[in-house]
Amino acid sequence: MNFSPVNIMGTMPEIYLTVLGSLLLLMEPFVPKEKRSWLGYFAIASLFFAMIATIGLNGKGLPLYQGLYIIDPFSNFFKVVIYVGTIITILFSLPYLEKEDIHIGEYYGFLLFAAVGMMIMVSAGDLITLFLGIELMSLCFYVLVGLKRTIHRSVEASFKYFLLGAFAAAIFLYGISLLYGASGTETISGLSAFIQNPGALKPMVIAGMILTMVGFAFKVSAAPFHMWTPDVYEGAPTVVTGFMASVGKVAAFGVFLRVFWVAFSANKDHWTWLIITIAILSMLIGNIVALVQKNIKRMLAYSSIGHAGYAVIGLLNPSRESLFALMFYLFVYLFMTLGAFGIVLILRRKGVEGEEIQDFVGLNKKNPMAAFLMLIFMFSLAGIPPFGGFLAKFYIFMAAVHAGFTWLAVVGVLLSAVGAYYYIRVVMAMYMKDPEETVEFLPNRMEKIALFLTASMTVLMGVFPLPFVHYIETSLAILVP
Amino acid sequence: MTFLSVPILTFLIFFPVVASLLILPFYRRPDSDGIVKWAALGITVIEFIVSLSLLIGHNPHLYQMQFTENHLWIPFANIHYALGIDGISLVLIVMTTLLMPMTVLTSWSGISKQVPLFMINLLILEGAMIGVFCATDFVLFYVFWEAMLIPMYLIIGVWGGPNRIYAAIKFFLYTLAGSLLLLVTIIALYFVGGHTFDITRLSGQHYGMTFQILAFLAMFAAFAVKIPMFPFHTWLPDAHVEAPTAGSVILASIMLKMGAYGFLRFSLPLFPDASHFFTPFMLTLSIIAIIWGAFMALAQEDMKKLIAYSSVSHMGVVTLGIFVFNVQGIEGALMQMLNHGITTGALFLCIGVLYDRSHSRLLSEYGGLAKQMPVYSTLLVIFALSSLALPGTNSFVGEFLVLIGSFRNHAVVSSLATTGVILSAMYLLYMLSRVVWGVYTPKSYSMPDLKPYEWGSLLPLVILVIVIGLVPNPVLSVFHQSVAHIVSQLQPSPVALLH
Repeated sequence: MNFSPVNIMGTMPEIYLTVLGSLLLLMEPFVPKEKRSWLGYFAIASLFFAMIATIGLNGKGLPLYQGLYIIDPFSNFFKVVIYVGTIITILFSLPYLEKEDIHIGEYYGFLLFAAVGMMIMVSAGDLITLFLGIELMSLCFYVLVGLKRTIHRSVEASFKYFLLGAFAAAIFLYGISLLYGASGTETISGLSAFIQNPGALKPMVIAGMILTMVGFAFKVSAAPFHMWTPDVYEGAPTVVTGFMASVGKVAAFGVFLRVFWVAFSANKDHWTWLIITIAILSMLIGNIVALVQKNIKRMLAYSSIGHAGYAVIGLLNPSRESLFALMFYLFVYLFMTLGAFGIVLILRRKGVEGEEIQDFVGLNKKNPMAAFLMLIFMFSLAGIPPFGGFLAKFYIFMAAVHAGFTWLAVVGVLLSAVGAYYYIRVVMAMYMKDPEETVEFLPNRMEKIALFLTASMTVLMGVFPLPFVHYIETSLAILVP
Repeated sequence: MTFLSVPILTFLIFFPVVASLLILPFYRRPDSDGIVKWAALGITVIEFIVSLSLLIGHNPHLYQMQFTENHLWIPFANIHYALGIDGISLVLIVMTTLLMPMTVLTSWSGISKQVPLFMINLLILEGAMIGVFCATDFVLFYVFWEAMLIPMYLIIGVWGGPNRIYAAIKFFLYTLAGSLLLLVTIIALYFVGGHTFDITRLSGQHYGMTFQILAFLAMFAAFAVKIPMFPFHTWLPDAHVEAPTAGSVILASIMLKMGAYGFLRFSLPLFPDASHFFTPFMLTLSIIAIIWGAFMALAQEDMKKLIAYSSVSHMGVVTLGIFVFNVQGIEGALMQMLNHGITTGALFLCIGVLYDRSHSRLLSEYGGLAKQMPVYSTLLVIFALSSLALPGTNSFVGEFLVLIGSFRNHAVVSSLATTGVILSAMYLLYMLSRVVWGVYTPKSYSMPDLKPYEWGSLLPLVILVIVIGLVPNPVLSVFHQSVAHIVSQLQPSPVALLH
């Protein structure tokens, strides 16, 4: 390990966030209870600071620490997405934590550390580094999910997530050890070189590859490793659910893509069908089980399983089209998911979160703006133009056809027609029924900013995506050291 | 050609959408419904007047796209914001802009709750519908095509009848499922047709037979649901019956035409061999739709359902005309599309007039209206006669041309289609005899004759029914060149002849 200035400079964003997050934890006892929101603003400022540092590194493809850590346009794109997602999450958190009476300073610290974990994931050039990133992120998630200490559901969700997460981590680690045993290296580039020579495809490598795939599929909540998702999404504080469902998934997809496209590109034939199976199962289970959900958080959980299925299609074929499709998809997905969860967490019935679809009944009469925003997110998630979700799905199907899997695109579109039903059911409840419950929707300024950001991005990505497409196109490079 | 320094087609698409923002300030203000209605009427009338300038600027001697605009929209995969119209789209656009003020007028008393939201939906829908007829980039077309679903879904679902939610969801899912296969076809065409979404460039190529057949079938799913052709029509009666009058008019007069427009614009020029291959299939479905729709109409008690099934029958004539592949047939189909838009739209408006007064659409509720509402009855009779293609009215021209065109190639089919004309006389005269004539039964509510806004919505259509019926040539000449071009593209390619 060589701590030369270049290496230190390259990891400056992560170092900033770690230091500032620790500082935040230190400051916490000195901040009076009613001024807790200052910690939130501090966290936002830290993220902006790190974002500037990351953008400053843009365009440089650098393997740092002898290839253990990679700074390339690809990882920088994901980091920027992580910053933006975390900032929006904090905007939603400020009033939410107050209302739920779980406003503790450590929350922001954990959020920042989770972000650092994700940044390490997407930059990892080595499976052990990668594992450290995943674990840092997951440990923060376990705590955040159980934030509502007094609520039975939240603690149960946290415990479930922890047990299953630990299990998945162990499987993942076992996969790494098999790969190391076979090849004698755990760097992604080393693995890639090892697998490229013809005699290398031993059962051990394939077993290791499958086990790492299980670990990733668990993190992106793709079927058949999705079982934890509905319970955890339902039990966690909604703001944390939104964070996990959007930012956490985006980061996991980034690393999924890097490992499979770089390390395992030579034995693509072995994993293509596994990916297709995962994609079809996820789309099937996600879209069909969501049809019968009554709790909107569970519905969105299943919808996120379905969306994982669509995004996984983007992994099929290492090409520019697929890379663009996946990045565009994740970018749009981040905003529409955060926005949808944002509406859910602001909506309150008798002071309690309105989580049932029933609570949305007649929302348009009470608060047309809230109903309209939810309509945008729902139609976008369903993939109806002119919203961003349509173009995202369009590019994914295009990648599938380009890879020669037209039939998979057909399966995908048919299942998304099935999926449209549960999204428009929410719209139906909001617009076509008369209000019954005493539901109120009173966003404060921070929440309004966050909603405005997510909704306008969702619309812009569908109507005028030019600047974002340009930005993603400049990030279409994966460095292979 | 520009209007207020905005290219005219862009103006036509986005003017209603942007102008609908004017209504937003009145959203939750009570007692502002009057202003909102006048604003919506003003916007749609301006839109109509501006769209007339297309008629003046259009050169009928060219088949090419005119008033074209082309900007790069999304650089990845080369998606353009490309607009342009030929004679075919021109007629349909002017028909759309003409009917929109009527739909506002019919909502004058028909819509009483959430008026601003309704008018906003109507205006956004108008923009999207015009976009469908203008787009010359496949992705842009698809965006408009799908974007229409959202306002229409809300119009049926929020302001519809008792069973509106079921009807709205059925409408939405049916059309969505059909269109999604179109999306896959569009993507496949991009890779097969040389990495472009430009419709003109895509249609200038020749595709392999297997690809043509698969792609034709996928497109067929999208367009046949929209038209709707025989086995895919079940959403239509539900949607029509439950939708408010304005929604029914838009559905019947404009949205149904989009399916036929899709066949003409995409399926035929892109896949000529597959079109020939599927001709027997398409003709059979058309004949079934004509006869079966007419018989279903005969059995209806609800007037809206009756007209809905008559739409299935009349649209069968349109698909029949398209798939005989000669100039008369396709021109007749286009005339029939235009006339069906005017006549059926007017019939739905007429039913709306009755419904506003009595809140019933059942034939058995009415009788002897000729005494009570003489002017209304006269208009209703004119529209019904037009719908059954009485010579001298507009629909006669279209149906006659289709029958001539089909007789040249398929005499049996043509004679079967003629039975549709007879059947349509049966169900329409039956409706008239029960509603207009017969004995008047006194009701608890009053049945006053037409109010000014109802005059406004019906009178222009009556004039058109008669004018187009007597002098159809100016209309025919608008799209003659475009139709001739489509027919010339349809000549079987040498490869297909070998099979």
